[in-house]
Amino acid sequence: MTSIDSVPNPVPELVERRAGAKPRRWGTLYVAEHRLRAMRAYLQTLLVTGFGNPLLYLFGLGVGLARLVNAPVGGATYLEFVAPALLASAAVTVAGEEFSYPVLMGFKWNPIFFGMNAAPISGLQIVNGMILSIFVRMFPTVGIYYAFMLIFGAVPRVEGVVDILVAVLVGMSVGIMIMAYTSTIKEDHGQMAIIQRFILMPMFLFSGTFFPITNLPIYLQWIGWISPLWHGTQLGRVLSYGLVEPGLLTVVHVAYLVLLAAIGWYLSARQFSKRLNA
Amino acid sequence: MLRYEHLSPSAVWSRLEFVPEAVITASLLTKKYKDFAAVDAISFEVAPGESFGLLGPNGAGKSTTMRMVGAVSTRTSGTLRILGLDPDDNGPEIRAQLGVVPQADNLDMELKVRDNLIVYGRYFGIPRKQVAKRADELLEFAQLSDRAKSRVDDLSGGMKRRLTIARALVNDPRILLLDEPTTGLDPQARHILWDRLFRLKEQGTTLVLTTHYMDEAEQLCDRLVVVDKGAIMAEGSPAALIKKYSTREVVEVRFGSERNAKVAKQIEGIGDRIEVLPDRILIYSNNGEAELSEIVKRGLNPITSLVRRSSLEDVFLRLTGRSLIE
Repeated sequence: MTSIDSVPNPVPELVERRAGAKPRRWGTLYVAEHRLRAMRAYLQTLLVTGFGNPLLYLFGLGVGLARLVNAPVGGATYLEFVAPALLASAAVTVAGEEFSYPVLMGFKWNPIFFGMNAAPISGLQIVNGMILSIFVRMFPTVGIYYAFMLIFGAVPRVEGVVDILVAVLVGMSVGIMIMAYTSTIKEDHGQMAIIQRFILMPMFLFSGTFFPITNLPIYLQWIGWISPLWHGTQLGRVLSYGLVEPGLLTVVHVAYLVLLAAIGWYLSARQFSKRLNA
Repeated sequence: MLRYEHLSPSAVWSRLEFVPEAVITASLLTKKYKDFAAVDAISFEVAPGESFGLLGPNGAGKSTTMRMVGAVSTRTSGTLRILGLDPDDNGPEIRAQLGVVPQADNLDMELKVRDNLIVYGRYFGIPRKQVAKRADELLEFAQLSDRAKSRVDDLSGGMKRRLTIARALVNDPRILLLDEPTTGLDPQARHILWDRLFRLKEQGTTLVLTTHYMDEAEQLCDRLVVVDKGAIMAEGSPAALIKKYSTREVVEVRFGSERNAKVAKQIEGIGDRIEVLPDRILIYSNNGEAELSEIVKRGLNPITSLVRRSSLEDVFLRLTGRSLIE
């Protein structure tokens, strides 16, 4: 006889489970576990882009373009100058992918967030679980990128290794802000493409990535000042080749990135709960 | 009023053991969106092991009620207790003991069939090893064992529904909430699903379901409320409701859409009550055959005629003046 005729008996430890203690404590981890399991489905793509991107960018921009740009920038070679910016941009790229469509999807096209919330998981835990899973995905991507930078000889100082953390911080602050916005989207009218083209792309171009923002006319420099990518890139340069800047500015870089992430986190948590529990 | 938020989860649990006579108690439960009352002061109770239904047309407030009972939507006013707990204070504790089958499937399309059960079981804190075993048992219950490794997208509508029900059972819930469980399924898939739900009912699982299918309500519900425009119109077992609000039999006659209204006048006096619908006339009576021969005797020859037993559809028509499915 098969057990088709009966629903399986309750498993042990029911009492504790049912009281919701574990979900209350570990819910964030369960969400991250779920998301990482889903990412496993496209692991191959992640690996290919994880190894391919740094190779292409460092070769194309760092090595190729560097030949054209003979002048060293602020005491560093051109490759050393662009490398921290490319590293931070790599983190922002991951953020742009993982905090946009998957959030819209979770509410709309494949509303898994509602399923999580029907189980004992709160909106805040879903937000935290998304952040955690994307952190886990972003960290190795940035790590691989950094390894290529070492191979290309783009990091003169040992302290440069901290750039990995800086890049992840930039990715998170941009990404969490994106999530705060995408979680409000009810209908898809191509907002994702707009973010990509009119926010992320200009940010990539005007954040002192390829040239110091002081090279820009003054009326465009503000893009750099509000850009988390610029703050992260400058911070990365301080660490990787010892860019000289006022100490206070270095503090501002860190504070700005942390502040953006905190604001995005607060707004996301509020919006998730509002939308799930209407 | 009892409040539990200051208690540890195990203390909450220990209270549950003796609190619930009714597993769900709603009193003047209301949900407003701005000025619109989606649910307007409804009251009902559900006993343990009971199979309870909310029957009503689309937009009656059934899903909103279910979301409040499911401790995800906060009520505007009224009181609500699920397993003795207030969802405002103990949402996670309540949800840890519910199984929820939402109106639209929200299975994760990026995961395989079996993985859907596993990640969901983890949300209740079930250890990985146990949840894997449980997933296999539930796949068998849902008759999906051979599809364990399939993509969710490749399943038929009925299979997805069964998987959603299996997922809702992963935590061995004390109450199973089903929102329109068979809407959009073909007849065969519906019957398979009903069979599964009937087994759960036999095992004593408390079922709460919404439906706008009267046959579903008749099959599955011990007791139901008829809801319309956010309010409860009537309450009772399917048989009792039919007895109270309808006659034993109904004669359905069609004269063609143009003649229906005119003929209705000539039929007056036949049966206990007459309902004129755009496509047919219903005559309520305890002896359908006799009424039908009376119609023929008056020289009115219907294009088609049918004598049938009263159903919940007739109850709804009587209560609201409208059909369930419009």
